[in-house]
Amino acid sequence: MEKKEIKFSNEALGLVQKMKSRYPEGKQKSALLPILHLAQAEFDGWLSPEVMDYVAQLLGIQSIEVFEVASFYSMYNLKPVGKCLLEVCRTSSCWLRGANEIVAHLENKLGIKEGETTPDGLFTLKTVECLGSCGTAPMLMCGAQFHENLTTSKVDDMLAKLKAENTRKTYLDKVEVNQY
Amino acid sequence: MGKKLLLANDHIPGIQSYDVYRSNGGYLSVEKALKTLKPEDIVEEVKKSGLRGRGGAGFPTGMKWSFLAKPEGVPRYLVCNADESEPGTFKDRYLMSRIPHLLVEGMITSSYALGANTSYIYIRGEYYYVAQILEKAIAEAYQNGWLGQNILGTGYNLDLHVQVGGGAYICGEETALLESLEGKRGNPRIKPPFPAIAGLYGCPTVVNNVETIAAVVPIVNDGGDSYAAIGIGKSTGTKLISASGHIKKPGVYEIEMGITVEEFIYSEAYCGGILNNKKLKAVVAGGSSVPILPADKILTTPAGEKRLMSYESLSEGGFASGTMLGSGGFIVMDEDTSIVENLYTFTRFYHHESCGQCSPCREGTAWMEKLLHKILDGHGTLADVDLLWEIQSKIEGNTICPLGDAAAWPVASAIRHFRSEFESFVSNGNAKHPIN
Repeated sequence: MEKKEIKFSNEALGLVQKMKSRYPEGKQKSALLPILHLAQAEFDGWLSPEVMDYVAQLLGIQSIEVFEVASFYSMYNLKPVGKCLLEVCRTSSCWLRGANEIVAHLENKLGIKEGETTPDGLFTLKTVECLGSCGTAPMLMCGAQFHENLTTSKVDDMLAKLKAENTRKTYLDKVEVNQY
Repeated sequence: MGKKLLLANDHIPGIQSYDVYRSNGGYLSVEKALKTLKPEDIVEEVKKSGLRGRGGAGFPTGMKWSFLAKPEGVPRYLVCNADESEPGTFKDRYLMSRIPHLLVEGMITSSYALGANTSYIYIRGEYYYVAQILEKAIAEAYQNGWLGQNILGTGYNLDLHVQVGGGAYICGEETALLESLEGKRGNPRIKPPFPAIAGLYGCPTVVNNVETIAAVVPIVNDGGDSYAAIGIGKSTGTKLISASGHIKKPGVYEIEMGITVEEFIYSEAYCGGILNNKKLKAVVAGGSSVPILPADKILTTPAGEKRLMSYESLSEGGFASGTMLGSGGFIVMDEDTSIVENLYTFTRFYHHESCGQCSPCREGTAWMEKLLHKILDGHGTLADVDLLWEIQSKIEGNTICPLGDAAAWPVASAIRHFRSEFESFVSNGNAKHPIN
């Protein structure tokens, strides 16, 4: 893999400035979590040590301060992930409505186990804890998009659509607002 | 259907937009507050309303507000807790994505009451798309003069920002939330000092749940007495209930406090009965942390009366036979549900979400998950069930924040009310639902 220079686009740098301006003078470390989301979206969906060093520079803090935060929260990936990270909720309400069947179906269709990435780098399958979508269980999240009231055929349609699009999904994506 | 205060307009097309929201009575509470009321008048109305924190703890909001320290020359902050992460709870997501301006309006009116000039909405990272909806609403509020400098020409200034979290249940605990808002790991702080004295950046801070802030809007519009007239006893007003699990109509329902649990589960106006017309087995009435109750105990109080959807009625009988209203995350289980396997999903959750600061929680949640896994896998013994009980009792009350209690209570109540199910896994020596 060729080494890319770690630098935000001008647009992203503008967002960083905007994020930092939300907090009182001297409290810019508050922007760390939002900037890490931005960094993950900009740099292939994960936070490499080099990306974390870069974020530390932007905020004028130590790299270890970035790492201790990045390693605490579950949405920051410290290893590469596929373009589409499928995060399947498995806590109570989703389990009651068939989350295990959805995970099994995904494993079967993708030919990978939970925690693994497909050889083409398109899908990573992950199980996660409650995503606050219990009334529309079972569900999964891919990027910012909630896929709700899942059935195996809905999962098949979703996978086909994601394959056709073949683009990286991020939490920052603009998504259609879910219907209730 | 009862009276609706928060979701009365949620099905009006376009209610997400400023114009439609405004033309349906939006932002009247800000006009009334800034032009005709002193901040202390609003605190008084909130006290009169009897409003209690809607995030789960049920602490009186007016009292929480009156504890806020007001030293000269020190900024005060209002922080909205939108880190909705309690399993079974999704009401705040619904409210914020359907009627984002209601939260923005509540934040302005409440910030004015507390004397805050900068306020934050801390929202869980998984709700990123909802954060974008809120940011759009906030931008519209700025454009229309409800935020910024000299609001409505009254000299009051307010900036409102959305902060997105990184995925951590613990950040729903208010001091962990403040740590996270300061750009750190979400480790809860030792209290005292309480946030009302030393909160965000060491300044006096009030942290309130989304639904609590939204309820300030009708309280200011119609008066605290009018709000207190709805509901029953000390459970005033309406409550958003997130209904999920084995019911015909999952979703968010705004109820008048005091309707019966039976009506809530079986009426067409709410859950519509049990899925596939099966029998009710158990309910977790207030989010994963509150004790699970079997059907007879959730429907009837120990005194033999119908149990009501209220703080008091749900907790009648203490933990021996009662539970809590909590966050209003109402999870329904039918007759075929394995209580032990459901508990495993809860315990795995708490193990995953323990911040690791306190040994009883960090180690205890891990042990409980392992023991439940062993029992479900068919390798458990009767001694393991006793050990599970022992561990949960050692976590409860021995941690800095309530996550420890929250992890212990589901285990204790499942064993208390459904011990025979644990024993059948143990004595049969084989698992009904093998864990993968």
